[in-house]
Amino acid sequence: MFGDYSLTDLSAIFAMQGFAGLILFSVYLLMALGLAIIFGQMGVINMAHGEFMILGAYVTYLCSTFFQAHLPGLFTAYFFVAMALAFLASGALGMLVEWSLIRHLYKRPLDTLLATWGLSLILQQTYRSVFGAREVGVELPSWLIGSVQVTDMIEVPINGIFVMAVTMLITVGVAFLMYRSRFGAQVRAVVQNRPMAGAVGIDTEKVDRYTFGLGCGIAGIAGSAFTMIGSTGPTSGQLYIVDTFLIVVFGGAASLLGTIASAFSISQTQSTLEFFLSGSTAKVITLLAVVGILMLRPQGLFTLKVRR
Amino acid sequence: MDSPKMPTSSASSSVHDNPFMKPMEWVSLAILAAVILFVLPMVLDAFRLNLVGKYLTYAFVALGLVICWGFGGILSLGQGCFFGLGGYCMAMYLKLEASSVENTKIQSTPGIPDFMDWNQITELPWFWKPFHSLPFTILAIIVLPAFFAFVIGTAMFRRRVGGTYFAIITQAIAAILTILIVGQQGYTGGINGITDLRTLNGWDIRTDSAHNILYFVNGGLLIACILFAQYVKKSKLGRILVAMRDKEDRVRFSGYQVASFKTFAFCLAAVFAAIGGAMFTLQVGFMSPSFVGIVPSIEMVIYAAVGGRLSLFGAVWGTLLVNGAKTSFSESFPELWLFGLGALFIAVVLAFPNGLAGIYRTYVEPRLTRKVKVLAPAEAGPLPHGTPAE
Amino acid sequence: MNAAMLHSPIIGESPDAPKFLLAVESLTVSFDGFKAVNDVSFYVDPNEIRVIIGPNGAGKTTVLDLICGRTKASAGSIKYKGTELTKLSESAIVQAGVGRKFQTPSIYDDLTVFENLEISFPRGRSVFGALTFKRDGEVRDRIEEVANMIFLKDQLTERAEFLSHGQKQWLEIGMLLIQDPELLMLDEPVAGMSVGERIKTAELLNQIIVGRSVLVIEHDMKFVEDIAHRVTVLHQGKVLSEGSMERVKNDPKVVEVYLGH
Repeated sequence: MFGDYSLTDLSAIFAMQGFAGLILFSVYLLMALGLAIIFGQMGVINMAHGEFMILGAYVTYLCSTFFQAHLPGLFTAYFFVAMALAFLASGALGMLVEWSLIRHLYKRPLDTLLATWGLSLILQQTYRSVFGAREVGVELPSWLIGSVQVTDMIEVPINGIFVMAVTMLITVGVAFLMYRSRFGAQVRAVVQNRPMAGAVGIDTEKVDRYTFGLGCGIAGIAGSAFTMIGSTGPTSGQLYIVDTFLIVVFGGAASLLGTIASAFSISQTQSTLEFFLSGSTAKVITLLAVVGILMLRPQGLFTLKVRR
Repeated sequence: MDSPKMPTSSASSSVHDNPFMKPMEWVSLAILAAVILFVLPMVLDAFRLNLVGKYLTYAFVALGLVICWGFGGILSLGQGCFFGLGGYCMAMYLKLEASSVENTKIQSTPGIPDFMDWNQITELPWFWKPFHSLPFTILAIIVLPAFFAFVIGTAMFRRRVGGTYFAIITQAIAAILTILIVGQQGYTGGINGITDLRTLNGWDIRTDSAHNILYFVNGGLLIACILFAQYVKKSKLGRILVAMRDKEDRVRFSGYQVASFKTFAFCLAAVFAAIGGAMFTLQVGFMSPSFVGIVPSIEMVIYAAVGGRLSLFGAVWGTLLVNGAKTSFSESFPELWLFGLGALFIAVVLAFPNGLAGIYRTYVEPRLTRKVKVLAPAEAGPLPHGTPAE
Repeated sequence: MNAAMLHSPIIGESPDAPKFLLAVESLTVSFDGFKAVNDVSFYVDPNEIRVIIGPNGAGKTTVLDLICGRTKASAGSIKYKGTELTKLSESAIVQAGVGRKFQTPSIYDDLTVFENLEISFPRGRSVFGALTFKRDGEVRDRIEEVANMIFLKDQLTERAEFLSHGQKQWLEIGMLLIQDPELLMLDEPVAGMSVGERIKTAELLNQIIVGRSVLVIEHDMKFVEDIAHRVTVLHQGKVLSEGSMERVKNDPKVVEVYLGH
């Protein structure tokens, strides 16, 4: 299969394919980060995670239209406003959902799964009623359009670089928040020993609510970044939910580093395979490999051995 | 061995008897059988009856979920896989019969299914060949899903994977199978599925009378499956499943291989789903990946949840009710259906974790038993209405 | 360590004729570098009642977990009647004759007392066996016999969920009893019981330990003194002292870490 290409061609192909993989990695990681917090830290299966993401995408779409119509002068910077709003909107919805639904079900994870699936159906239909069934795309500001010529054969799109930069920033932010801040310490305390955390004066219910909200808010940012490279429809979120859960589980649910490593390996495998095989076959092989490994090593890639 | 009878033994044995069904359960079965086999065929026209027949094929899946999820606490979100496996096995047989050389002589390669011809495939793939035989097909409908469930179950339960992880993995498997079927359209018919099915061993399945007969076969098979499920429920195995859901370690340290019992429950659910899938293909006349993936798989869970995840009869009622509602909603307010379905998921989890059966037990049964007791003072023990599985 | 010196010479010489019912040797398990059990050895004779005591975190429950296969050992061996247990599955260990009661009452809330006991009845433990299991006279009689012993004969048709805490503990002991194990391991059998229940439980234990070896974890010193033949003191994953209650009580090391305060 390599016969038709020269060495320089091949290296360029791998570089381009690797870069495509990096964009996929960014998207996966952004989606998985929010889920890693909600599922990994709280043990809640949020099947509506994709819909929180899509909410962020729609918020970005609204911002783009609003700035175009009313503040064309500031259009170049609208994206930053959109991201902040996406975070707030998804985060607020997340906290509302936690308060009204999730908190009643903490002891019944499988029921949470069903309830959040119901929520996802409702959100999907809401999006469809409000924004229509057709996919929408955002207008990119001019500085995000085009690509950077690295060599005469390799060029990388600017919006892709931008998405990667956003991903890196948010990942670092989440790592800082979870492992270096007081809030992160509280979240981990609540996860490890709820009654004890309550006894030392942590408002566990509040921590739950903010943790869930944070995870959903990050999903919102992911959705916002997502609009840079693809269009958004009411059911776009559902397409990614399985991949996202697999990434988090594959990485070892409670490990941020694991989530990053697993998002990286899955995205690179998939994008490399995609070059040689059809898209669907590449996806099938990647997912099968992940499921196969998880069957042999269900605890994921990075976990500690503890007394059960 | 002639054991010395203790004086208390004979008196209490009636209490500890383990009858196959309690009187009320016989009544429930009789009502269900009467509705499926007599009432519905009498009041519905041919089109509607065929529709109910389609719903009944989903009830097989819900029935399996009651065993596996309700009793065993193992939630599989991949039951669509097994429904699909059964359905595709049947569809492959029917398709081959419909693709005789004579029927397909206009194709560039006559004698193979039309979609293969469209995809420039010139020879029947090896895995299609055995499906020329009806006995093989019937065997495959049972054995293939059981085998897959056995492999998945053994791999996962041996390693103590349960609960949410199992749900996620089975969901991923459903997604993989869908992508595979859609992607390999030359071998599977792709997104459209396998369509244009005509005869079963020469018997035309497209006529109204065929639909009618299939409906009764369907209902009969379903009742047979309910009886088998009831046998499992009443056996010690049924109680071990419930015990495992509660305190897995205790069961393990009572000398049981927990993994084998879970695998059995999962395999049984898979086989039920596959029988449903095969009957679906016959009743509806096609099979497509839209019955395999994540969305249908989770939707089938809600049938069992609405009926009451611990009730075998409830599963059937739940399936009929949700699908009836879906059809009438989709006809009149298509926009509202997803809202309704979503709300149903949330309501059944938050407010009615034991579904219709729970409502029946809390509100209807106490009054009924009071009346029954007046007529005949029969002993009606408390039915298990356990806490929802974790 | 003195404990090992007391008993070790015979084991290892002739594995065909084990003198001890249970021989634990150099048992070690580490969780992520932390050695919860570190080079522990002790030996239990047939018909002996051995009590394991020690402060919180000493590794007592972990030792029981290791014996019954719930936790896999990092090193060392556990020989039960000459059979190595560390390589067996949990269910195989139970079928070999080791029974285990958990710290918190571990019973099936959704089932009746009768059904709880029935599940522990040592027959029909395979999938097929469970499907074809018959509730015959032998099963009924045995269950009623055990129910009588554990003071629950009037509660047989009650759902276990509705039992009192003490009754739940008894039910679990009854579930073990019906298995008829040769080695019975009890993790804090009187914890959380009222004084009355405690006396009844001691009476019950004294009744059921006849003809078997028992390994008990207990904090209640009065209770320990009543039942123990010998006592093993664990501290920070190691055997600190071993011998009769009298001896252990006067061991200065033990006094320092445990009994002193």
